Amino acid sequence: MKKLGELFAERVFLLSALASSSVTIAILVFMVFMGFPMMREGGFYQLLLKPWEPYQGSFGIYPMILGTGAISLLSLVFAFPLSLGCSFLITTIAPKPVRRGFLRVIELMTGIPTVIYGFVGIFLLVPIIRELFQRGSGMCVLTASLVLGIMITPTMTLFFCDSFDRIPRTYLDAADALGASHTQKLLYVILPSARKGMLSGVILALGRAVGDTLVSLMLAGNSVRVPESVLEPARTLTAHIALVIAADYESPEFRSIFACGVVLYLFTMAVTFLVRYVGFAEDRNY
Amino acid sequence: MKRFSLLQLLLMVFVLLAAYSPAFSGSLDPFKNEKGVLKISGGTAHIPVMKEAAQKIMVVNPEIQISIAGGGSGVGIKQVGEGLVEIGNSGRKPTDEEIKRYQLKLYQWAIDGVATVVNPKNTVKKLTKIQVIDIFSGKIDNWKMLGGVDRKINIYTRDETSGTREVFWEKGLDKGAIAPSAHVVVSNGAMKTAISQDPYGIGYVSVGHIDKTVVPVALDGVVPTIETVRKGDYKIARGLFSNTKGDPVGLTKKFIDFLSTPDGRKIIEKQGFIPVR
Repeated sequence: MKKLGELFAERVFLLSALASSSVTIAILVFMVFMGFPMMREGGFYQLLLKPWEPYQGSFGIYPMILGTGAISLLSLVFAFPLSLGCSFLITTIAPKPVRRGFLRVIELMTGIPTVIYGFVGIFLLVPIIRELFQRGSGMCVLTASLVLGIMITPTMTLFFCDSFDRIPRTYLDAADALGASHTQKLLYVILPSARKGMLSGVILALGRAVGDTLVSLMLAGNSVRVPESVLEPARTLTAHIALVIAADYESPEFRSIFACGVVLYLFTMAVTFLVRYVGFAEDRNY
Repeated sequence: MKRFSLLQLLLMVFVLLAAYSPAFSGSLDPFKNEKGVLKISGGTAHIPVMKEAAQKIMVVNPEIQISIAGGGSGVGIKQVGEGLVEIGNSGRKPTDEEIKRYQLKLYQWAIDGVATVVNPKNTVKKLTKIQVIDIFSGKIDNWKMLGGVDRKINIYTRDETSGTREVFWEKGLDKGAIAPSAHVVVSNGAMKTAISQDPYGIGYVSVGHIDKTVVPVALDGVVPTIETVRKGDYKIARGLFSNTKGDPVGLTKKFIDFLSTPDGRKIIEKQGFIPVR
């Protein structure tokens, strides 16, 4: 009897796993299907390299691809050291009560809606950036990636904390016995053994940064030109979709946003595979 | 006992007053026995009027629920055409093609201007039309060239489906180019926030939306106000439309009719637009 129940549960789980993974694939198929006419007419390649000038009949998404790349990678640059410091503090340095307090605060931060970050960014950070650099409007790549960086830090920190906690106690004890300092412990014991868990944290955070719409829509300025510096406005793929989705269904503008979807999808997929591959290769070396 | 009767008297007076006096209940009478949900979306210039009208109606009859969303004129036309909302607002006249495809019925209830606006701190308060065109195309890119401070001009514009953008582009810029470096914001409200935050910004909003936070720029000597738009002196003007798919019925019709009652017109005027009809 128990066997039968187990078999049943197994099947149910298998089905739900199949369903969720097929939805992921179905989304890609749908986007390619909807964007296909556009990609065939202009060539997918051209779509990727041309500027966005709807009145001149050019629906390229090149500036948006660059915008997304610049903003999300820069936000990682801000978030990574911050998360590393936070998680090291929480797991190793700080005394227990402080540790728990910090962890609660960070958990709370993951739950703050992105619109709040965007709102605070507009009223606090934008004027500061504008006056600090005495250039532009303050709505720029830098502002958006700073706020995004703060937004993805909690997610990353929680992942880092998890992977630090999973390091065998004996490793740390051995390091302590050898008289290692905090820095040495972090560099030679914790980082090498927690690398894989940290990678997942970074992927997930990058996914959040690439996929976020509101923060970049509110803070990056959304101009369609390729930004020449981090102090210039830019538009991300997600913000572009949000801005163009109101266009007529039959228009080429509308169809081109499916290409944006495909690019976003492939971008996240490529990053995931790349990072997994790196992780794999390392495993084999050990 | 005596006090009780006094209270009774007072109550009676109130009831009598309530029965005779209120000027407002007249226009709202048709909503008395209605109930249901009315969904409105689209043009962001329309929102203040829609909100106040909805509030008045829902106070009189709590059985009615009216939801108001933005999105811009493009969204309004598309959503009403797809049957997602009952009323789709647009700050431009829907094109003949849109009217035909979705069988739209248009109802224009106000005239509105689109004004060039700057931050209150900006010293430049007057521009010629040529200057505005040059600013938006990027030819004039520093406030110094216009007698202001030595800072780059930050251009703010709206997304391509905005009715406000279309009218401004057609009548204000004579279909001239808008620099690709321009910032893009998603509603009249967001434009106002952006300009009120940026001392070096220039943008355009519906005249009805102008308040203390932004300053309208005189165009060729004409300050865009409700008066100059009414007289026709200020040329960048447009109609505000509420569109329905096919002829409006029931609650939708009553809502649209309400906009042309004296009370509806009062709301439109109070929000800074010029009621028509």
